[in-house]
Amino acid sequence: MTLELSHLHRRYAGFAALDDVSLRIEPGEFLALLGPSGSGKTTLLRILAGLDYPDSGSVRQNDRDLLAVDARQRKVGLVFQHYALFRHLTVSENVAFGLRIRPRKSRPSRAEINERVERLLKRVQLDDLGKRYTSQLSGGQRQRVALARALAVEPDLLLLDEPFGALDAQVRVALRRWLRNLHEELGLTSVFVTHDQEEALELADRVAVMNRGRIEQIGTPEAIYQQPATPFVCEFIGKNNRIPLQRANGVLTGGQRQLGADPWPGNAVGSAIGYVRPEHLLVSSAPSQGGWAAQLRHIYLAGGVAHLELDVPALGQVLEADMSSDEVAQRGLQPGQALVVQPRLITAFPLNAQGEADAAARHVLQPQAAP
Amino acid sequence: MARQRRRVLPGFGISLGYALTYLGLIVLLPLAALVWKASALDVDGWLRLLSAPRTLAALKLSFGGALIAALFNAVAGLLVAWVLVRYRFPGRRLIDALVDLPFALPTAVAGIALTAIYAPNGWLGQYLLPLGIKIAYAPAGVLVAMIFVGFPYVVRTLQPVLETLDRDVEEAAESLGATRLQTFVRVIVPALLPTLLTGFALALARAVGEYGSVIFIAGNIPLRSEIAPLLIVQKLEQFDYAGAAALGTVMLGFSLLLLVAIALLQRWSGRWAERGA
Repeated sequence: MTLELSHLHRRYAGFAALDDVSLRIEPGEFLALLGPSGSGKTTLLRILAGLDYPDSGSVRQNDRDLLAVDARQRKVGLVFQHYALFRHLTVSENVAFGLRIRPRKSRPSRAEINERVERLLKRVQLDDLGKRYTSQLSGGQRQRVALARALAVEPDLLLLDEPFGALDAQVRVALRRWLRNLHEELGLTSVFVTHDQEEALELADRVAVMNRGRIEQIGTPEAIYQQPATPFVCEFIGKNNRIPLQRANGVLTGGQRQLGADPWPGNAVGSAIGYVRPEHLLVSSAPSQGGWAAQLRHIYLAGGVAHLELDVPALGQVLEADMSSDEVAQRGLQPGQALVVQPRLITAFPLNAQGEADAAARHVLQPQAAP
Repeated sequence: MARQRRRVLPGFGISLGYALTYLGLIVLLPLAALVWKASALDVDGWLRLLSAPRTLAALKLSFGGALIAALFNAVAGLLVAWVLVRYRFPGRRLIDALVDLPFALPTAVAGIALTAIYAPNGWLGQYLLPLGIKIAYAPAGVLVAMIFVGFPYVVRTLQPVLETLDRDVEEAAESLGATRLQTFVRVIVPALLPTLLTGFALALARAVGEYGSVIFIAGNIPLRSEIAPLLIVQKLEQFDYAGAAALGTVMLGFSLLLLVAIALLQRWSGRWAERGA
């Protein structure tokens, strides 16, 4: 089942929740909608669920107009951040709800319903808790009940709205891996909304990064992380050092060091912006060409990786570089030490006269390491 | 050394003692006096009182009327609370404030106002009478007054619960294929039922105890539109203190029975909620 969303617009009083969003969701795909709050990701999910409608644009399922189908008939399984379970029903009754309310002619027999509920509870590993009320369950268990309830009606599409948002960190990681396995077993097309990039990158086949009602970039987790397409994605996904760059006489410079040839010779305005990931900053003790003199201010040890905070006077800012903790120990790095940093990979965008970055003119620089 | 359990707020002993003393003075002592006074009546007197058609008719009207009025208020109150919580419209705040009016209005004033409207020559009464509907000076008048005084209780108990009712749950039901009616009957009403019963019990208690407004509109025709509290007042006026106390005791017993029954029903309807702390 392919879902084709095209040119969706949705405005709430003076604010564009969705601004010309087009997207194709492939059968069996696990898609993440990732973005900060107010980016339109939940609106998009609600439109898919039939709980909200776009002002213009279309949603087609194979060759059917999905917007003409109301929420009740869409065969969509919906899982909410705060579970939205029926508190007055037991776990089994919750799961059976979608089947029991069907009109008599399409309702399975009582035995069939019981059998299906039992199978689903087994699948979500809650088979001995069927008689409990939901107030007697933990957060992770409740979310699995919500999932079983959504799966009971055999949906074509599973929608999850911040499904792990209300859980504590350990349960979150465990449940997320479990959900990934379940998705692979069922092969159900799933879309989930999150503001947690780690979750999106770990779980999804493809990630759509949203900002201000638009999709900034859509691609595999690797592509989103390794080849961020816009300044927003650079800043939102992972860590990035933001460095101002200057262009003059056909040369691109940053912090008074030449970084390479000017990639945008036709463009008249003289400045640009560059993003360097902490792992793409080479830290050395010897002075070299193309590098910036820096002073090591602080070392944050985070398990296997150490984050180095480096003060670079030439840029007038502090950069963060990553290095393995072992290497920090081997080289005997100490705060206060004078070092040299060199960017190895810069994602750069030219700025226009208003200081706005041009995402379409994105350029990736690999400054030569000093001999 | 025994370890003492620590509480965040000190003074459990004192506050419990105070609460019990207060409850004893304000509630239990007068009730005990009532029962004590009623015990002055001998068996014969009790039998005579309880078999008198006038007593039976009055009790039936008081409790039957109060039950019907409370049921009506439960439905109408749910509707009003729903509208006030779920919709935003001009004048909402004003209507919200109006709900409390029956609380604040002296009941005699309410009774006179209702009588003025529903009397055979009143604003509404003059149109209802040709249709064969007589409200003032009839049992129906008792109902109208009881509905009036009990109305705010249901609205005010439901409002806060309706406000916290999770919309997600309704949307979940919808996406599982539930119609609006199914969502209302199978999801919303069960969630509200314990609170609805609280409001119902309060409205019922208020209606059973109501005196001021009812006596103005009821016409107080013996065997027809005479409520039990009025009968008590009449006995007092005839210096039949024991009889008045006995009738009061009967009302007390009935009320207690009803309230206990509602409490049990309420506990059953909220069996799914988290228990304990």
